[in-house]
Amino acid sequence: MSIARSAPPINIRGIAKRFGSVPVLSDLDLDVAPGEFLTLLGPSGSGKTTLLMILAGFVRANAGSIGIGGEEVITKPPHKRNIGMVFQNYALFPHMNVFHNIAFPLKQRRTSAAETAERVEKVLDLVQLQGLADRRVDQLSGGQRQRVALARAIVFEPRIVLMDEPLSALDKGLREHMQIELRSLHRRLGMTTVYVTHDQREAITMSDRIAVMNKGRIEQLDRPETLYASPRTRFVAGFIGESNFIPVECRDGSVWYAGKKVHTASPLPSSGRHWLVVRPEKVRLVADAGLAADAGLVANANMLDATVRDIVYQGDSFICYANLADDQQIALRDYCRSDVLARLPIAGQPVRLRVDAQDAILVADET
Amino acid sequence: MSVRPAEFVSRGVNADALKADARRESLGLLGLCSPGLALVGIIIVLPIGWLFWLSLFDETGQLSGANYARFVEQASYIRTFLTTFEVAFIVTGLCVLIGYPLAYMLSQLPRRAASICLIFVVLPFWTSVLVRTYAWLVILQRKGLVNNWLIDLGLISQPLPLAHNFAGVIIGMTHILLPFLVLPLYASMKAIDADYLRAAMNLGAPPTATFWQVFFPLSLPGLAAGVVIVFILCLGFFVTPALMGGGKVIMWAMRMEQTTSLYSNWGAGSALGVVLLAVTLGLLGLFRRLLGTRAASVWGSQ
Amino acid sequence: MNDDIGLPISHWRRLWLYGVGALVLLFLIVPSLIIVPMSFSGSTLLQFPPESWSLRWYEAYFQSVEWRDATIVSLKAAVLTTIVATPIGVAAAYALNSGALRLAGIVNAVLTASLIIPVILIGIGTFFLYARIGLNNTLTGLVLAHTVQALPLVVLTVLSGFRSYDMNQERVARSLGAGRFAAFWQVTMPQIRFSIVSGALFAFITSFDEVVVSLFISGGETTTLTRRMFSALRDHIDPTIAAISTCLIVLSILLLSAAQLFGRRR
Repeated sequence: MSIARSAPPINIRGIAKRFGSVPVLSDLDLDVAPGEFLTLLGPSGSGKTTLLMILAGFVRANAGSIGIGGEEVITKPPHKRNIGMVFQNYALFPHMNVFHNIAFPLKQRRTSAAETAERVEKVLDLVQLQGLADRRVDQLSGGQRQRVALARAIVFEPRIVLMDEPLSALDKGLREHMQIELRSLHRRLGMTTVYVTHDQREAITMSDRIAVMNKGRIEQLDRPETLYASPRTRFVAGFIGESNFIPVECRDGSVWYAGKKVHTASPLPSSGRHWLVVRPEKVRLVADAGLAADAGLVANANMLDATVRDIVYQGDSFICYANLADDQQIALRDYCRSDVLARLPIAGQPVRLRVDAQDAILVADET
Repeated sequence: MSVRPAEFVSRGVNADALKADARRESLGLLGLCSPGLALVGIIIVLPIGWLFWLSLFDETGQLSGANYARFVEQASYIRTFLTTFEVAFIVTGLCVLIGYPLAYMLSQLPRRAASICLIFVVLPFWTSVLVRTYAWLVILQRKGLVNNWLIDLGLISQPLPLAHNFAGVIIGMTHILLPFLVLPLYASMKAIDADYLRAAMNLGAPPTATFWQVFFPLSLPGLAAGVVIVFILCLGFFVTPALMGGGKVIMWAMRMEQTTSLYSNWGAGSALGVVLLAVTLGLLGLFRRLLGTRAASVWGSQ
Repeated sequence: MNDDIGLPISHWRRLWLYGVGALVLLFLIVPSLIIVPMSFSGSTLLQFPPESWSLRWYEAYFQSVEWRDATIVSLKAAVLTTIVATPIGVAAAYALNSGALRLAGIVNAVLTASLIIPVILIGIGTFFLYARIGLNNTLTGLVLAHTVQALPLVVLTVLSGFRSYDMNQERVARSLGAGRFAAFWQVTMPQIRFSIVSGALFAFITSFDEVVVSLFISGGETTTLTRRMFSALRDHIDPTIAAISTCLIVLSILLLSAAQLFGRRR
C-alpha cells in the first residue's frame, strides 16, 4: 500500500460559489502540495465544507478551476475523480458488512475477487480491524466505524483523500487517540489529504498546514506554529488559541499604548489603529518590587500596571483577569506550580504584568 | 493568501462549462420525470383542455356561453349546485364534529394504543368505497338491519326511510370521508410540543383553558387542511350519492355523468366539469393563501 | 417522554373522551366488518346475525363466469398498473428529491394533479379521449388511466422514504467510483426498498378499487369487478356482493398489513 509515489498536488483557482444570490465562496485560490495534510479550519458558514464538496464533485461551483496532478477536474462527475472521501457520519452502507463496505470501491473498478480479498485484508490490517470483516456495520463501535470509513476511502489508492469532520462524532478521549492515529497513517501512506474541521486544537495537532477560512475566503494559510505565533488578522488570532486584544496606535514609527511605547517584534506599519495580540500564557506576573527592577534590565519587555479583578482556578492552571489602567481587560494564564501559587495575588490587588516584545503581535484593525 | 494582487484575479474561469454541466444534469433529471409527466399530460391535461374547449361551443357549433348561462338560468342546475353544497357543508361539519374528538383522543393515547386505533382509521382507507357503500345499504335499507332491529324491539311499526334518500347519502359520505379529516388533524396534533401545554398549566391555566387557549389554536392548521380536503372531495363525490341517493339526491358529479352518458351533451357536461375544477382549485388556492407555508407542512405530513 | 403529549389529567376525567373516540372508531370499522358474517348467510335475505350458515354466496361468486372474468380483469389491471406506475414514480421521486431539478414545484404539481382533480372529470375526460383513439374497453386504456391515478401515491410514498434516507450514502458511493445509476441501484435502492414496496401496494389497491373512471372506460370483455359491482348495486342488493365484499376486505387487510410491516422496517 503506497500512495506516496502517486500523490498529486491540488491547485484550486478562482472558485466562486453562490447559493441563490448568497455568495458562499468568493474567488478562492488554494494550492495543496503533494502528500500534504492540509486542514480547512473555520467557523460554521465559513465555506469550508462547501469547498470540500466542490473538490469531491457533489456541489457544482459557479466558476473556477480545480487541477489534480495537473488535470482539470471541475466538470468531472464524482465517480471519475478518484478521490477517497470520509463523511462526518461515516455513511457506512448499513445493508453491507465490513468486508463489502470496504470492497465497494474495488467492485466498482471491477477488481478480481482474489485481489479484492487481499487488498481488503491489507487495509483492515492497516486500520487495526483484523478479523472484523464479517461484522455488520451496526455491530461496530464509533471508533471502529470511523476506521472502516477510512479503510473504504483509501483501499482503492485514491489520488487524494478528503475528510469532513470525521472525528466530531467521537467522544473526547477517542477523538484525541484517533487524531494521532490518522496522523501517523498519513505519514506512512503519504496521500494528499484535505481535512475539514471547526476544532482548532484538532487542526493544530494534525496538519502540515492550516487554511483558516472566514466568510468564504482564506484568511491565512500557514504551518500551525506560524499561525499560532504570528496570526496575520484579528480573526485568525481570535479563532486559534485564546488572545488578549489591546487597542494600540502607530505613529512616528512606533507603537503606542496609553502614552507608552510598546515593544513588539512585528514589522511596524506606518500609522493608524491596530490591535496588539497577546496570548494569556505569554503574560507574566511580576509581583514584587525587586523582580520588577530586575525586569527593567530585560531589553524589549513591556511592563503593564494592572489591578486583579478575579482569579479562576482550573485545576492544572489558573486564569487571572486584570484591568489595565484604562479599564482595558487582560487575561493571563499560568500553571499551578507551588512557587506561583505561593505568590498568587488576590482580587483588588495591584500587579505588574510583563509581556516580552516577541510575544506582542500587531494585527490590523479590520473594523 | 487573503489579499491577492488584482492582476491575478481570474473571474469566471470555466463558468460557461459549469453552467452547461448544471443544465445537462437538470435535463437528465427532467428526463427521469418525463414518463410520468407525459402520462399525466396525455391522460389528464389533454382531455380536460379539450373538454374546456368543447364547453365554449353550443349545440350548433357556435362559440357561445350558452353552456355556462344554463347554470344560472335552469332551475334543475341550480338545485344540483344547492344540493351539492348542502351535502358538502353537512358532511364536512359532521366530520369535524366526530373527527376532532377522535383525533384528539388518538393524540393523547400512548404510542402503542394510538397505533392500534389508527389501524381502524386507515383500514377503511384501503377498503373499496363500493364495499363500504354496500355495507351501509345493507344496514340502512327498508328491510335492512337497523329497521329490522327497531321493529323487533317494537320501537317502530313502519320501516324508517334511511337509505335511498338524503340521510343515506350524508351517512355514507361522512363514513367514507372521515379518515381524510382525521389523519392530517392527528398529524398536526402530534406535532404540538407538549412543553407548550406544560408551560400553560405551569403558568396557572386549568386543563380546559389550556385546551382552548393553547392546544386548540395550534391544531387549527391541521383541522383546516382536513376540512378543505373533505369539502373538495364532497363536491366531486359520485359513488355514494349515486347508489344511496335513490335518484332523489342529484349531486354535481352525477349531473356530469347524466349529461354526458345519458344525453351525450358534451358541451354542457364539460362546462360543469370546468366549473367544478375551478371551484376546487379556487378553494385550494384560498386555503394556501390563508395558511401559507404552514399549510404545506400539514399536507406533507399526511 | 417527549413524544407523549398527554396532559396531567386523570384518565377518569377523560372517560367521556375515550367513550366518544371509541364510538367513532366503531362507526368507522363496524359497517365494513358486519358484511363478513352476513356473507355466510344461508338465506336470500341478508340478516345479522344470520339464521343459517352456508357458502352459497361464495359459490355463486366463483361459479359465475361474469364475476370471475371481472375479477380477473381487475387483477390484471392492478398488477399491470403496479408494474408501470412503480418505476415511473420512483424515477420521478428520485429527480424531485435530488434538489438539482429546475421547475421542481411545477413537476411535482403535475405529477400529483390526479389527487386534486375531481375523479369524475378524469373519467369523462379519459372516456372522451379514448373514444377518439380506440382505447375504451381495452386493458391498455384501463392501465394507463389507473397509472395516472396511482402515480401521486407512489411519488409521495417514495419521496417520504427519501426524506428519512441519508443522501450522504449515495454521495459516498459515487465518490468511491459508482456512477449515478450504480450508486442508486446498489446503495440507495436497498435502503428505501420498503417505501418502494409500500408505494407499489398503494398503486395496486388504487387500481383494484377504482370505480369512477372504470365506469366510463371499461366494458364488454374488460369490465372490471368494481364496475360490475356498481351496476349490480344500482339494480338490487344481491347477496353475492356480500361474499365479494368480504373477499375485498380480506384483500385490503392483507395489503394494509403488508404496507404496515414494510413501513415499520423502512
